[in-house]
This record gives sequence, structure tokens and C-alpha cells, in this order.
Amino acid sequence: MGIVCPLGHDIETMWDNILNCRSGMAATTIFDASTYPTKFCSEVKNYDFTKFTKNPNLYKDGNRHSKFSIGAVAGACKQAKIDVESENPNDGIDRKRLGIYLGAGEGSVDSESFFDAIVQGWDDAAGKMDWNKWVAVAFSKMHPSRELEQEPNMPAAHIAMFTGARGPVRSCLTACAASTQAIGEAFRILQSGRADVMIAGGAHSMIHPLGIMGFNRLTALSTRNNSPETASRPFTASRDGFVIGEGAAIVILETLESAKKRGVKILAEVIGYGSSSDAFRVTDMHEEARGAVAAIESALKDAKLSYKDIDYVSTHGTSTSENDSIETLALKTVFKEEAKNTPVSSIKSMMGHLIGAAGATELISCVLAIRDGVLPPTTNYNDPDPELDLDYVPNKPRKADINIAMKESFGFGGQNNVVIIRRWSE
Amino acid sequence: MTVVITGLGATTPLGLGYKDLWVGLCNGKSGINKITAFDPSGFTCQIAGQVPEFTIRDYVPKSIRKTTKLMSRDIEIAIIAANEAFKDAGIKTKAFDEEQNITINPKRTAIILGAGLISCDLVELAPSVVKGTINGKFDIRKWGTDSIETVTPLWLLKYLPNMLACHIGIIHDIQGPSNTITCAEAAGQLAIGEAAQIILRGDAEMALAGGGEAKVNPIVHLRQCLTKRATTDYNDKPQQACRPFDANAKGCVFGEAAACVILENSENAKSRNANIYAHIAGIGQSCSINAKYESLESSGKGVQYAIEAALAEAKIKPEQLDLVIPHGTGIFADDIAEAAGIRGALGSTADKVPVFPTKSMTSNCGAAAGAIDVVAACCAIKNSVIPASKNCENINKECKLNIVKEQINKKINYVLCTSYTYGGQTAAIVLKNNE
Repeated sequence: MGIVCPLGHDIETMWDNILNCRSGMAATTIFDASTYPTKFCSEVKNYDFTKFTKNPNLYKDGNRHSKFSIGAVAGACKQAKIDVESENPNDGIDRKRLGIYLGAGEGSVDSESFFDAIVQGWDDAAGKMDWNKWVAVAFSKMHPSRELEQEPNMPAAHIAMFTGARGPVRSCLTACAASTQAIGEAFRILQSGRADVMIAGGAHSMIHPLGIMGFNRLTALSTRNNSPETASRPFTASRDGFVIGEGAAIVILETLESAKKRGVKILAEVIGYGSSSDAFRVTDMHEEARGAVAAIESALKDAKLSYKDIDYVSTHGTSTSENDSIETLALKTVFKEEAKNTPVSSIKSMMGHLIGAAGATELISCVLAIRDGVLPPTTNYNDPDPELDLDYVPNKPRKADINIAMKESFGFGGQNNVVIIRRWSE
Repeated sequence: MTVVITGLGATTPLGLGYKDLWVGLCNGKSGINKITAFDPSGFTCQIAGQVPEFTIRDYVPKSIRKTTKLMSRDIEIAIIAANEAFKDAGIKTKAFDEEQNITINPKRTAIILGAGLISCDLVELAPSVVKGTINGKFDIRKWGTDSIETVTPLWLLKYLPNMLACHIGIIHDIQGPSNTITCAEAAGQLAIGEAAQIILRGDAEMALAGGGEAKVNPIVHLRQCLTKRATTDYNDKPQQACRPFDANAKGCVFGEAAACVILENSENAKSRNANIYAHIAGIGQSCSINAKYESLESSGKGVQYAIEAALAEAKIKPEQLDLVIPHGTGIFADDIAEAAGIRGALGSTADKVPVFPTKSMTSNCGAAAGAIDVVAACCAIKNSVIPASKNCENINKECKLNIVKEQINKKINYVLCTSYTYGGQTAAIVLKNNE
């Protein structure tokens, strides 16, 4: 596993911060958001991708999330004993059997050139764009690789360069569900025998002038500007939106046979995956959580488990009014009498919402929860929403010997994805 | 059990419908013309493949017609292709039958689409941006205070790539797995491959799969001009501009399109007496690794590995192929590299097997490109026809492929489609005749 996120640039730092209930949120510094409705976010801080590569030139034009993914892949490959940046890798993996499945976002717009070209190209009197003027400015200011790097398949391109992966390489973008879906589909690729090892996860940063504007217009973001650290408060009565974050999170999935042959340490077993769509509304989740329930039930069936077997649920838990209500309803629908006895929590209370990278980040926290026998908390849980009455592991980590954890992610537009993992034993 | 194709849909520069696509391809018609969507005169490349006019409201059920306001052009053209694919497959969804006399099983149907990086409508955004200026210069603080609130509230939702699948899923009530593959020009075939895997493993019995992307947008078009992938030599001769594998190839022409297929498991298709166009016999996937990320590696290895994997899965030898539909962009170096990859995989068969590139007529429609080729392959199989290529009169000697010069009429048993993209992802699909 590897990670570059607002709470650290490696797994153990991130986990230590979570177990100490630290928040990654602060005033936005990536651009001047001082007059935005939301003036804070959860940024990756002091990150230098060149520490992770011998060939920084190959990645220097990459967007923020591509650079994050280099650090996350470097960490994951080190732990899984996969050679990177090697002409002749000696790690026991045939490169044609090494794949990538990334839930990756688009790169941020080169906003200075973008806005400048619009301003200079706009003919205000006529109320239309003068494309000749626009293109003259755009052509002189925009940089070819900066534009290319906005394509959502570029992080996967950089990872292929970094690792030499020549097997199935894919990226998907199903909004906030993307990296859980990527991990689920990577799991399926391994099951189908099309690869031995998959580099799976997510990378995203929407902390740029258009991204924050878009979410602000949707009124999806918290505007608790006077208290960024407590702004993300999933499942509470005073929750007022999510706090956007950024980062990359990677897990190495491998067939048991390959892992044993290579003699690498197995951290957990993926045992179930379920995927569904709401097919309801563009803007809202289904009122009865139809799609979320279908995805959870499909993952349980895939894992040949009952809801009674789940020891911990890592929620989507965004801290928006709608998600936390519908998600709680979904859990109550599936878990029935066990709903209140099953601990569920949201690390987005500390991490923020990493959008395309959120699911992978949270799945990593599930693996660590199993490893260390401790559940990460939902922080800032000081005023429970009376309608939401599950065990949200409030405010401090809890010791718990767990074997099976479920990660669920729901995306804008109605994609629902669920992955179930289990403590590894022979 | 295998996975079969039972419905086709295509919205391309050759027309609103897959039959127009096929007739156009057979007649050597080019859908490439001077750009009319915006004034292209200041751009180095001024031509593109544009979809004929349509009114999106005609394709969206009355009850949800207000959602058309949330649709970017990528979404619109994908909706049209999806409608056609379901109709062609004889599947009744709630879009067509308000009486609930539907034959789709919503929970057992998947939707997997390739989509591009959807760029925003600059004309729509510009008045807000201009409000955020001080003395004619953009000022982010002024933008924050004066402009943001003037942007339409649901602005972001028009530009999320997963919104193609979201809208189509709502229109037809598709509740199974939904994914959006964002691998640019390889996305369409990767999406069809993933959908086939979903059916094979039993997670769905049917799937709508393909891709859609509208690249005739000033900022998307500018990107292709900046990276110098777009041809600049044929602005006055658009019909001759895209020349895959030709000695005079000078670059690519971009366009807008969507193409979809209905996939279902063969038992399902047989039980409802569906028209079967082809079987998905094998899929393959790999990656080109090149420090020049916008170009294919010169060895074509990534293409070669994908084809080898697809042939292995189909359990056929190269000589059993009757037709290859390559990616063939008309970018000189990329065509040579792709040809090297095809030759690497097919060996001496590459000298003989007919190769039919489509982009000289359809243009390069990004995430739809590979799906268009799969639709074309189905039509070729159904009609026992391999159309003549266009604009490939003087085949580049370094390509050494048998580019089809004249139409061939013969039974087609196996077709290989392959695609690749900037960024490196590669895909290959082997289709098999149902007979």
C-alpha cells in the first residue's frame, strides 16, 4: 500500500495522524480562494515527488495528482517488493502480467491561461466569443504538455512508465466512487486470470478555481470557514457539506499464487465486490437508497457472507446532508437488527474527501484497522443527528479485534461500489 | 456461454445512425469538413468531423426532458447512439414504452462507456469570467465575489465524464454495474471489453457498452493543435485530410461521435431469438510506454501485446483473421508504430490480411473511436463486405500492411479491432461470426 494524502506521504504517517484524530484541513493555499464561499480545503502539503524517482524529468509535467501517484506507487511497490524504474526488473513479475487500474480524475485546468484567453477573446458588445482573439491568446499561453496532462488517463500513463506495467491498464472516472470501482475491477481482472498483479487505486485533485467553484455552486461543500478543522462532521446534525481533499492512494493486488511464489507479505484478502447504479436522478441519490443497498448486497453475495459477518464498515460518509442520511438508511436496510451493533466510521472527518482517490484511501484504512485491531474514528462528532443512530465510532479510535471490513463509495450520478476485505489466514 | 453483440448504435459524422455509418464507409464518404461549430479561422487546423444536426429533446422521454439542460454535447450524442442500440436489439426499455411493457431487466443490465475529458462551454462561462475582471484583467478575488454566483448552479454536472452513463442509465433504467472508462482514444474498446467480462462472470446478463466524445470544441481542438497531432496541411481539402498509413499522412483530424453496442450472454440472446451480429471471441489489453506521452512507442509493443492477448483468448491463429480494423490515425509516426505492432503480433499474416482504417471517413472521435470500429466490424460481418479504404492510395512503405484498395465481398469469420491512445493504453477485440 502507498499513499500521498493530506495526512502524510506514507502509510504509517497517515495512520498515526488518523489514530491521533488530526485534521488535514486549513485555508486553501493552492490558489487564492479568499473570496470563495468555501475558503479552505484539505491539501497535500510539502510534497516533493522527486524524492520518489530517479528520473523526475519523465514526470515533471504531470499534474498534481500524477505526481501524487508516483509517490503512492513508489510506497506500494516498495512494500510489495515490485521493482520500479528498472530496465531488468527482478521481482518475479512478468510485465505483461502486471496491470494498472486507476480511478483517476482530470488534471486541473491551467487557470491563468484559461481565464486570460476568455477575457481577451470575449466580445462584450456582441455578447459572443471572438474565436480568433481567443485562439491567439490561448495558443501563445497554453503549454502542450500542460494541456495533455489534464487528460484523466495520464496518471496511469505515468505509473506505466514508472513500473513498466504492460498488462491490462485502464482508468475509470465514476466521480467519488472511482477508486473503489478501480480496486473492484482490478480484483475481477485477477480472478479472470488476465493478470497476476494489479496496481490499483485512485488519484485526484479538484482543488483548483473551477473545481471549487463547481462544487460551491452545487452547494456540496462545507462553508464553515471559521473552523476548517471541524468542518467535516459526518453524521452530525450540523453537517453542512464535504471538505474537498486531494491525493493518491494505491494498493497492490496480487493472486495468492503469485504472492506466495514471490514470498511477499500478504496484508489482507479481497473477498467481495459489488457495483450498481441508481438510475434515478442526475442530482440526487435514490430516496430509498436503492442503488447503495443493491451494491452492498451484491458485494456480500460475492463474498458469500451475511451482513452479520461484517465487523466494520468504512462509510462514504461525506458530511453532506443527503449522503449521510441515505447511507445510514442503506446500512439499516441491509444490516437490519445488526445495524446498530456494527461499527461504522468516516475518516473523511479528518482526511477530507479525496473524490476519485477517496475509496482507495479509505480501503487502506480498513487494512490497517484489521492489522492493528483498532477502528479509525469519525471525528467532530459532537451533535448527533437524532435521525442517524448507528455506531459511528465517535471522536476517538476504538480497540476492536476485527476480521472483515467493508468499504463503500457512492458517486455523483449514482454509481455505487463496495469492496469487502478479510484478515489473511491460510 | 459466450458474449454476443445484438444491437448497434452510432451517431457519427457520417450520419445519425449506424446504417448511415456503414453506407458511408462503403461509399468512401468523408464526414470531415470545415468546422462550423465555431469560427476556426485562427486555428492551425480548421477541419473536423461533425455530427449532422439533431434536436436532443426528440431523444429524451417527456417526463425527464428538463434534464436536457444538464447535457453537454458528449452526453447528447451518446444518448442518441444508446437509444438506437436498444431499439436495434429489440429491447424495450422504459424510454420507449410508458406502459411498462419492458423487456430489459434493469438490475441485470450494466452500462460501461468510454468518455473523454469533457471541456466546458466557454461561451456559457465567459460572461461570468468577464465579470471577474479589474481593468480588463482577470482577478480571482473579484471572480470569487462577483462571478461565482452567476454561474449556473449545476454547471459541474454537465462536465463529469460519468454523466454519459448516468443520463443513459436514467433514461433506460439501467441499475446494474456502471463504469466510465477514461482512456481517451482506447476507451471505447476497453469499455466493450470490460462489459463483456462483466457478462462472462455473471454480474449482468446484458450491457450497453461503447463510447462517446465531442471533440469539436475550441479548447479540445486547441489541445490537439498544440500537441501538433492535428493536421494543418489540408484545411482547403478536408475530405482528403486524414490519410491513415498513407505516405502523405500529415496528421489527424478530430471529430465527435458516439457508438454503442448491446452485449448479452449468448443464452439470453438465443432465448429471445435476438439477431446476433457477432461473438466477442477475445479481448486484450496492454500499454505503450513512451516518454513522449502523446505518441505511440515506435516498436508498437503495446499494440502487439494487446492483439496477442486477444488472439490467445479467442484461441485462433493470425491466419484465421479475415479483417483488421486498426486505429490508423493518419499521424505518420504513429501509423508506422501501429503497423509494427500489428506485424509483431500477426507475423507474415500481416502481409495478406485486409486492413481497413475508418478514420479517413469518420475522423478520430476520441472515446467513441474504437466503438465505431466495433460497430463497423459487425456490419462487415453481417454484410460479408469489407469496404475500400479512403485516402490510402500510396501506402507508406514502412507500414507494410495490406490496406484494402477495393471492396471485397466475402464471408468474414474473424475480425480484429485494435486501438491505442496518447497516454499509452491499448486495446484489442476479436469478433467472431455467429454462423
